[in-house]
Amino acid sequence: MSDVEYVIGSENISNIPMQTYSDDICRFVEALSEKLTKFGDVRRYPDVAALAFWCRKGNIGRLKADFGSTEFRLGRGLCFHVAPSNIPVNFAFSWLFALLAGNASVVRLPGKEYPQIEIICNILRGALRDFPEIEERTAFVRYPAQNEITAKFCEIADARMIWGGDGTVTEIRGLRTKPRCVDLTFADRYSLCVINGKAILDTDENGLSRLAEHFFNDTWLMDQNACSSPQLILWINDSEEARGRFWDAALVCASERYELQTAVAVEKYARMCEDALELETLVGVRRDGNLLYRAELKALRGPIENLRGRGGYFYEYRLKNLDELAAVVTDKYQTLTQFGMNEDELRGFVLQNRLRGIDRVVPVGRAMDIDVVWDGFDIVRMLSRVIA
Amino acid sequence: MLDYQKIFELPVFGMKRDEKDAFFRSALSELTDHHRDNCEAYRRITDVAGRDSPLPVRLFKEYELLSVPREAVIKTMTSSGTTGQAVSRIFLDRDTSARQSKALSKIVSQFIGKTRLPMLIVDSPAVLKDRNMFSARGAGILGFSMLGRDLTWALDENMEPDMTIIDNFSKKHEGENVLLFGFTFMIWQHFIQALVSREETLAFEGILVHGGGWKKMADQSVDNERFKQTVRDVTGIGRVCNYYGMVEQTGSIFMECEQGHLHASVFSDIRILDGQNFAPVEQKRGLIECASLLPTSYPGHRLLTEDEGELLGVDDCPCGRAGKYFRVYGRVKGAEIRGCSDTYERR
Repeated sequence: MSDVEYVIGSENISNIPMQTYSDDICRFVEALSEKLTKFGDVRRYPDVAALAFWCRKGNIGRLKADFGSTEFRLGRGLCFHVAPSNIPVNFAFSWLFALLAGNASVVRLPGKEYPQIEIICNILRGALRDFPEIEERTAFVRYPAQNEITAKFCEIADARMIWGGDGTVTEIRGLRTKPRCVDLTFADRYSLCVINGKAILDTDENGLSRLAEHFFNDTWLMDQNACSSPQLILWINDSEEARGRFWDAALVCASERYELQTAVAVEKYARMCEDALELETLVGVRRDGNLLYRAELKALRGPIENLRGRGGYFYEYRLKNLDELAAVVTDKYQTLTQFGMNEDELRGFVLQNRLRGIDRVVPVGRAMDIDVVWDGFDIVRMLSRVIA
Repeated sequence: MLDYQKIFELPVFGMKRDEKDAFFRSALSELTDHHRDNCEAYRRITDVAGRDSPLPVRLFKEYELLSVPREAVIKTMTSSGTTGQAVSRIFLDRDTSARQSKALSKIVSQFIGKTRLPMLIVDSPAVLKDRNMFSARGAGILGFSMLGRDLTWALDENMEPDMTIIDNFSKKHEGENVLLFGFTFMIWQHFIQALVSREETLAFEGILVHGGGWKKMADQSVDNERFKQTVRDVTGIGRVCNYYGMVEQTGSIFMECEQGHLHASVFSDIRILDGQNFAPVEQKRGLIECASLLPTSYPGHRLLTEDEGELLGVDDCPCGRAGKYFRVYGRVKGAEIRGCSDTYERR
């Protein structure tokens, strides 16, 4: 396959599994963390810093301890990863999850060039030198969008991690694999945020600006276009005052840190016009410049998951009770971020109502924190084989 | 309804700022009332966005927006979108259509004179074959063709210059001023470049009027200056006049004066908006908002384009025309968006 560029590794990749969370693997990941942390420019790339932080010894040790017995567990073999093109470091997490499970990996890097990818690959090359067993199980590839090449990798895969949304998932699902190949597919998802208005009123100015920053990181920082970025903001114990305090603080943060592209401003404005035409439940849209659009709903009527904004366009609703939410949740729903709520009660709400969606409940600010349990999958378990 | 008869009697480029602002404020407000009363979609949008808010041009690609009963529509114009792209659909009734022709003629005659000139259309007659749907290109040609005489098509069915026809036209009108008209990219690609590669030069006198966007030209690194110079060298035409216009506001086009400035006429106005907050700005680059007094059959009197431009001045262009003059930089840069989904699908 002449069009394939091996950024890391080669065609001669080993598919022999390793033990899940083996000492060697854990030591390697820790070594990688140290090298990433030492990288001088890491502060310029918060996503690389987050990756380094996630890989640190303490975290990997905790993950391993939480996992339970790995005594009779091996990776499935070779895992093929299709990374999404718009998030620079997602590929590294996908690969690390498969590695911790004990797999060799072929990772298709995003087509777009990001400095983060180059940084990670350069550091990784150095880290792999001391771990030949992992080195011979690691290949990062780039190739033009061609299904023939993807098909070749799919044929040899024992597992596939398919990111990039519904379109990519459907396309790659259509390619032939080994009969026992395991697929973890990351489809388009919908996320929301629930805020306790009373808790906003009880928060001091410092707390409020911290909350605003956390909310910013979940939304504007990713153009509000990540699966786990909330689109719909639900208010419990709602009041004008609480909303005012929250949005004022969020706006301050966004105006300092968000670079609004003119094309995004046009898109938000057009979306408002479309909502005016199509959304029967729309009360009105409040605008602060072009940075923040808030479309107020008078009822939660499906399909809510079509209500998507980008770059700071939120749908808002005053929730009378959680049952109202239960009625609209579908399998599209992924992350519920919360402020001032009891998380276990929210998880219990999902369970008691036997909802088909909402895979995560996390505090505002943690929406982007990817981990070994994601999209409702216990990834390391699913990518490993148990010897019973 | 506006008193169009009166409007058509006004000097096309004679209204100074204060007078024009007041005139447009009240005229646009009347049009807004008209469209709010007659187009349910427009009313809903302005209820949410605010009464004086412009309509984003892309809405004409997504919705059928009419302010007259369907039976009154005599012509549907479409933008010439590239394959696979959604096209705008603009619905014209008899009045709006007539107004567009009249305004176009009023504006253009200010630049080429009132006498009809022998006209060479730099396009192929094939573009008019499908009369059901009026593409922007076809409509533009038909609109401008009213302004000339001895209409002659310079390109054959294969978009190649027909040298026999061109030479005959040239001989027939030797010593006369002629009008050449076409779309910028078509002229460049299929006329100028073709003549250059055949090492043919022409000896016309007169004016070339062209419009239709610079995106493909920019891809070939051809700017207005180079275009003008090459046209002069190859055709002999001394005066090359670009115009800015869109199918959503046919008729009330913005013509380029002798100074190279685009001018708003009495039928149109522009504002430049800051992308951050859509506040009007006077001295920097921003989004172009276009107003036109012509459309009554569809709510297109106040549009937010996706083009960037800059206001150059008001009432003081050395060419002597009153009103705003400006320049256009082209389509706003596409959004670069982060996020996990590779393709963002609209509902």
